[in-house]
Amino acid sequence: MGSGSNQVYRFVVQSINPNDPRSVNYLKDASFLGYTDVTQILCHDLYFLRGFLTEAQLNEITNQLLHDPLTQKIEWTTLTDTLIKQENEETDGGRIEVALRPGVTDAVAEQIQRAAQLINTYDINAASTGQRFVVKGENLSPEKLHQLAKRLLTNDVIQRYTLGSIFPSFPEDARASESVEMIKIRGISEKSLLRVSQEHRAALNLEEMLVIQDYCEKENRDLTDVEFEMIAQTWSEHCVHKTFKANVQVQPNKNQHHVFPHTYTNLFNQTIRAATNKINKPWVLSAFKDNAGIIEFGPDFELSFKVETHNHPSAIEPFGGANTGIGGVIRDVIGVSAKPIAATDVLCFGPLEQNLSSLPDGVLHPRRIASGVIAGIEDYGNKMGIPTVNGAVYYDAGYTANPLVFCGCVGLAPRDSHPRQIISGDRIIVLGGRTGRDGLRGATFSSMTMDAQTGEVSGASVQIGAPIVEKGLVDVLMEARDQKLYHAITDCGAGGLSSAVGEMASTCGGEVQLANVTLKYPGLAPWEIWLSEAQERMVIAVPAENIPTLQKICDRYAVELTDIGEFNSTGRLIVYYRDQVVLNLENHFLHEGLPQRKLNAVIRTPDYYPGKAVLQAYPTQQAGKTLLNLLAHPNITSKEKVIRVYDHEVQGGTVVKPLTGPACDGPSDGAVIKPVSVDGEYAFVLSAGLNPEYGKVDAYVMTINVIDEAVRNAVCCGADPERIAILDNFCWGDPNRPETMGDLVQAAQACYDGALRYGTPFISGKDSFNNEYLGSDGQRHAIPPTLLISAIGVLPSWRESLTMDLKEAGNLLYLVGYFEPRFGGSHHNLTSEPIQEGMPLCHPNTPAVYACFYQANQAKLIQSAHDLSEGGLSVCAAEMAMAGRLGLTLTLDDDMWYRWCFAETAGCILVEVSPANQVEFESKFEGLPIQQVGLVTPEPFFQVNTSKATPIKFSISTLLAAWKDQIFPEELP
Amino acid sequence: MKPKALILFTTGTNRDGDVAVAFEQAGAQTKIRPLIDLRTSEQNWQDYQILVIPGGFSYADALGAGKLLALDLNSYFKDQIQDFVSAGKPVIGICNGFQALVKAGILPGNNLSAGKPQATLTFNQIGHFECRWVQLRPSSQTCLWTRDLKSDINCPVAHGEGNFQVADDQILDKLQQSDQIALTYLNQNGQLANGEYPYNPNGSCLDIAGICNPSGNVLGLMPHPEDHIFEFQNPNRLHRKNNSGLALFVNGVSHATQS
Repeated sequence: MGSGSNQVYRFVVQSINPNDPRSVNYLKDASFLGYTDVTQILCHDLYFLRGFLTEAQLNEITNQLLHDPLTQKIEWTTLTDTLIKQENEETDGGRIEVALRPGVTDAVAEQIQRAAQLINTYDINAASTGQRFVVKGENLSPEKLHQLAKRLLTNDVIQRYTLGSIFPSFPEDARASESVEMIKIRGISEKSLLRVSQEHRAALNLEEMLVIQDYCEKENRDLTDVEFEMIAQTWSEHCVHKTFKANVQVQPNKNQHHVFPHTYTNLFNQTIRAATNKINKPWVLSAFKDNAGIIEFGPDFELSFKVETHNHPSAIEPFGGANTGIGGVIRDVIGVSAKPIAATDVLCFGPLEQNLSSLPDGVLHPRRIASGVIAGIEDYGNKMGIPTVNGAVYYDAGYTANPLVFCGCVGLAPRDSHPRQIISGDRIIVLGGRTGRDGLRGATFSSMTMDAQTGEVSGASVQIGAPIVEKGLVDVLMEARDQKLYHAITDCGAGGLSSAVGEMASTCGGEVQLANVTLKYPGLAPWEIWLSEAQERMVIAVPAENIPTLQKICDRYAVELTDIGEFNSTGRLIVYYRDQVVLNLENHFLHEGLPQRKLNAVIRTPDYYPGKAVLQAYPTQQAGKTLLNLLAHPNITSKEKVIRVYDHEVQGGTVVKPLTGPACDGPSDGAVIKPVSVDGEYAFVLSAGLNPEYGKVDAYVMTINVIDEAVRNAVCCGADPERIAILDNFCWGDPNRPETMGDLVQAAQACYDGALRYGTPFISGKDSFNNEYLGSDGQRHAIPPTLLISAIGVLPSWRESLTMDLKEAGNLLYLVGYFEPRFGGSHHNLTSEPIQEGMPLCHPNTPAVYACFYQANQAKLIQSAHDLSEGGLSVCAAEMAMAGRLGLTLTLDDDMWYRWCFAETAGCILVEVSPANQVEFESKFEGLPIQQVGLVTPEPFFQVNTSKATPIKFSISTLLAAWKDQIFPEELP
Repeated sequence: MKPKALILFTTGTNRDGDVAVAFEQAGAQTKIRPLIDLRTSEQNWQDYQILVIPGGFSYADALGAGKLLALDLNSYFKDQIQDFVSAGKPVIGICNGFQALVKAGILPGNNLSAGKPQATLTFNQIGHFECRWVQLRPSSQTCLWTRDLKSDINCPVAHGEGNFQVADDQILDKLQQSDQIALTYLNQNGQLANGEYPYNPNGSCLDIAGICNPSGNVLGLMPHPEDHIFEFQNPNRLHRKNNSGLALFVNGVSHATQS
């Protein structure tokens, strides 16, 4: 290092203002983690250039490129071992320097190199970035600084640090052989087969290894590492969903409230897919066959929707994990030839107040995970220019070691513009980013239980995204689509090229030359090139005669195009590395060879039957406090701080924003988008349902209720209930445990029953298993069974969209729907003395209520509407009042008011109706349960009345203080 | 003949489509051109009457928002842009485009201290990116984009580096004297925000949301009036004027038609 004719130059850039926001935030976080002795953390940027530069050139780069002279100071020096040694001797100790590990994507460094060439023809051959932290305070022992570095300032997975000065790594420091290894499979024992699986982190079980062994016997040879790795990825849970396709034996339980079949021969086909087939909506254009589900949108367009999870990567590197999670789901939508036009995110974290010392070994603090994940989504969505319009943030101790990151994306395309027909002779073209060692074995990594070493050994599984590279892919591919330049397209996600090319060639065949793949740095072994999950790449099948035109488009947008082979009709996939055949596998074996898994399920019995109410005295004295505690609960509190870091306006189509009302702070039930490029007034709604608290009790009832919640949220925004499609995202524990599998069976069966009840077909879905963490104490930390239902619904006109903020004093409030409030699984029970009983059941006739609601809205009889969810009627009403900055009085039953306020129900909506429309509104709901429960008032007070008393009364500003800032009045009434 | 707007596009630009629709609504023809394309093509910029640098994250905001785009502009297109500016043709930079115009030295463009940067757009005072609707007052009669605009504009901001600061007070004086403060942030009562968050969303001095050059044909602004040109975009249709962003573009287009 630092030798030869190359010099390494270091530039240090610091803010002139010592209280720059970034430094202040680090100090805040340090203090939260308990480092109260630290009084200041200054964060400086480090840039390293390697090459040879004159002093004049260095000054030029310094002044023109690397800093903002109005706000920053800069100094440069030639970095040598001697200097580092000298600096480290002189340092007062409070200095930590951080650099990226070799091979980690460094987008800024790439830009510096490009820009430096622009200013002048410099002799620079590499660039790299880092950070310096100058820490000040009392008692800063080296030990404490190491702790601070590890817990707050760096992430070992992608960075390294030193106390004092650091010497950077440059990309080509990462080297490996270009060799291919043979893996002996034939004639080895079962034990040895399992060892092979484990050594390659392949997550294949014995039965699967035996099938591979049979294939080897038949082909009369062993496997190359390229072949074995590809089989492991192709057969991973992540890629083929073996749990959902399993044969499941269900052990019935005498006390269960619902009857399940004894056997499912294919769980997925018999539940989720069966529902879509049976509902058979003509407007579903693609369900479970493309990278995203597709529905009709007006006469000329189609909408695609996909939601993915990126849980394990986000657990070990929150920014990169979430960053590439959103990047991946955007590519799914590009993969159906659509333009990404909206993003969603639902995040589940451990409690932010958790004590650092109570965390399992190897687990990042939930605060770090949360801030990293949110920043990762912000970075990708905003830079792609995709509005992030809908989402949720949910906290539960079960997510501490295993956070959940659900990322969704909606695409828009002219009808039937997605080609799916490869023709023998089409070239295999890779577009986008270069291939590095990023994200190796990601598919199998996501299919395993994590443990304390996961971060260490799976570091390579984490990728850092480059959103502007992906933006280039969109620009190129939308033009290529419109000019019909390609025959098929798929994204490089888990499994990288092996999965993308493998999938495309599965119906025909193909030959690939790996040496053609452009690399970020030399020295990748062939299996690494084939498996790399380097981001921002798409694979398309292009007729040779179209390549010059495609190349021209790529040049305009600075996107790299690489021809890596040809599709044919041999039914085999053959991969070369130069002259050597490194993979030669039969399609049939690769894609059909996986043996079906056999799993056992046991149905749990909840302590209290769902729907069962236990009559008892309620703690009515505490009612006011109960409401404020609910409003301040992390799952109910305002999410404005998160929502505002996402651009929800870009592309100009957002009609109902995530925050609504005159002060733009009310929590919308969903988002409504009217794409600017689509003529007419067509709009669509995005909404979601999620309730892990119910999942802990009964997965069947939870599933019905979250389907209901997703549909209800969409209906509350104005969606036509006949035009709603839904997506499932399961995040579950280890399916080999019969109880976990039992929960899955319940949820899957409820998906079928619920979809049929609402007439809402599933169009896409994804499952993530093994969301567990094996602590070094040997304890398993599993998440609660979590099902996210995402809904996409269509409105004939954006003018019919509704928001949840109260509009005018004097209006009436109606409670619409089968109101059967129960305390089981409620947020009341998380914030107050629990009332033990069953959780709420959703009434089967609820869809009739939603149909009438839609008719009433079409007749313009509704001013605002909000769904009753966590916290029940009182929280719903309070949110409407806060959002509208208007008062509200609820008048409730003398005996039941406490239950009505705080117990939870499915299937209900609170609706604001103008007195002029009262009669007509009521007539729309004939024979269905509706009741007038309150009134909008001009005085800014929220109150609950009975015929005898006013048990709850707060000013709207008191509610806002509790809901937004967890500030409570000194004396509670 | 409709005037033609040239919309510059580079790696990371993402509000090009939004601004194109706004100019079309305002009566212009638009052409989105990648810089790479413009560098290699023979086509003359004189075919265009309006120049637009749209929002986005050019080059991922590496080394500071707008900085590397500014370097591109100065390295490849200095003459073309100079011609456009000195001919008095309407030029607008929105968000990332504003950042690029400032960092390229085209705005404020007062030639006070030769070579030294006069102003910058730095990190928001709150320390992070934020998206929210703001209220703007068109306050300059010199600026052809805001001249004679009677109504306030409401539209979203969406940026992390929109805090307008200057090298010294002399520059501020000059901006005020020569009527270069084109748009300012207002509070909920329609008065100057006076630095108060969130009405002034980023901490800009004098509540500056946009400035123009001394001759008034070049406007740079952080907010996105191009995202409020249709009624359905307005989050507050009950209380605030619809399409209030459109007037700015209509002004620009009508000046292009006249010239």
